[in-house]
Amino acid sequence: MGMTLAEKILAKASGKNEVKAGEIVWVKADIAMMHDLLGPRLIDKGFKRLGGKLFDKEKVVVVSDHCTPPATVQQADILKYTRDWAREFDLPYYYEFEGPCHQVIVEHGHVRPGRLILGTDSHTCMAGGMGAFATGIGSTEMIGVLLTGETWLKVPETIRVHWGGSIPHGVYSKDLILKTIKDIGHAGATYQALEFSGIAIRRMSLDERLVLSNMAVEAGAKTGLIEPDEAVVHFLRDRGIEDVELMQSDEDATYIRELSYDATSLEPQVACPHEIDNVHPVSAVEGQAVDQVYLGSCTNGRISDLRIAAQILKGKKVSKNIRCLVVPASQAVWMQANKEGILDVLTEAGCIVNMPSCGACGGFTSGVIGAGEVVMSSSNRNFRGRMGSASGEIYIGSPATVAATAIEGKIADPRNYIPKEVMI
Amino acid sequence: MSAVIRGRVWKYEDNINTDIISPGQFMSLSIEKQAEHAMEAIDPEFSKKVRPGDIIVAGNNFGSGSSRETAPLVLKHLEVGAIVCNFFARIFYRNAINIGLPVVEIGDTSTIEEGDEIEIYLLEGKVKNLTRGNEFTSTKLPEHLIDMVSAGGLEAYLAKRMGMLS
Repeated sequence: MGMTLAEKILAKASGKNEVKAGEIVWVKADIAMMHDLLGPRLIDKGFKRLGGKLFDKEKVVVVSDHCTPPATVQQADILKYTRDWAREFDLPYYYEFEGPCHQVIVEHGHVRPGRLILGTDSHTCMAGGMGAFATGIGSTEMIGVLLTGETWLKVPETIRVHWGGSIPHGVYSKDLILKTIKDIGHAGATYQALEFSGIAIRRMSLDERLVLSNMAVEAGAKTGLIEPDEAVVHFLRDRGIEDVELMQSDEDATYIRELSYDATSLEPQVACPHEIDNVHPVSAVEGQAVDQVYLGSCTNGRISDLRIAAQILKGKKVSKNIRCLVVPASQAVWMQANKEGILDVLTEAGCIVNMPSCGACGGFTSGVIGAGEVVMSSSNRNFRGRMGSASGEIYIGSPATVAATAIEGKIADPRNYIPKEVMI
Repeated sequence: MSAVIRGRVWKYEDNINTDIISPGQFMSLSIEKQAEHAMEAIDPEFSKKVRPGDIIVAGNNFGSGSSRETAPLVLKHLEVGAIVCNFFARIFYRNAINIGLPVVEIGDTSTIEEGDEIEIYLLEGKVKNLTRGNEFTSTKLPEHLIDMVSAGGLEAYLAKRMGMLS
């Protein structure tokens, strides 16, 4: 019997020829990733009580992204703690003020196909879009990983999500994943892996694929995988990484469930408060007034997202009734957007460009919402209280839907704003 | 972690997520301070009314969302005795075990009401509702996790394992 991509990577990570879903295996981590909020400040004591020796500092990556830029003294102290810790252990890979960890570890080449990546953040699964097995763990569990390089994992069953057809104008990978989560349910893939396949996925840029894997955890999944291909090889080659292993699922691999879609007829989708599987076509929520729009995050703050937003907002104005916050997913994205004139287009339209950070997406800094305020966001989670006040409301959609909403000050269909000739 | 846990129930619905249990906006504070805000989006009085040993009972998918260990930590700080639900979100489940907060899945919690007195038998895989006189079978932890729990959580388990390694 063949193996799924998830099984193959876990077989490799556990030093076995074959593993099967349901088996519990001890696995070796290729990358142990922590961020400021759930990293050194929480693990240091326990780590040192147990000897305080890193299993391999070349495999440890620390990113300060949640408390950046610090809005309070406590956050500044957390950053200082994290920075000092990275210095104490002489870590070769410490990044701060560069953007959300999931994007930063992709850009710096830490994420590679076939790797096992463990991180103290639930959206660590984003790395699966590059063909890695990546999943979130807690801080105490990270202590074990830092000391031994290992942890135990139950090999997950895999749900295959097949998207065929061609994606229509004004519809993006965010719409595909929202539709998928609507059908699976926000706990429907608990303890399982998602694997995205099909021509619609294959034709996507890496930027877009990462949206799908980023949100796998929103269906409860352990990870979200996409079989790596030449696009991943080129991306890594540009960063000087040549040795790339392209693992694929076997044709006779066993899937617990298979979902099949045709993207051709998909409309833009919006997740409504307060659950990410409360998804409706944009036409059902058009006209809902908002106070703020948020274009950014590790989910949808990459260069292709900013290009889409600029296309829609060029020569237009953000509604006077709202704030439009733009948060590029990384410093590299910020620089590229600057080079392309995108930041000019967005600021001329009335957007406020913030620094790359987890920021208001998690309710930490730079744009949290007040009581009763409504946000349209391109991020990944709309739980009650997520972006600030518990009485706030969060709608989630594609960068295009967010940009169109910015113009109208109420939820809008992006297809009305994309000129036919530039639709691709 | 004691093998039998008895306590009074606080009952919640499905999908009690990590932003409800441990809101992001307070995460830079100490665990003591964060605990004051636990569950406040749906139950503002929770941290004041919960008593040591009380048990949280909920429906599906308790602890969904973030990997933040502060979620089980604030509940442990408030001395919640255990959490019983239909099933847990994956990362929360692991985190709770790792920090020594008992988590028990019984498949259907719908007949348990707020204020009921329940008793959890961790090793036997059994939950008794003393108020209503009925009994549930719960999932049992696999052997390596029972070892971990018996050792007192992941840190103590690691200490043992590292000792053996050295």
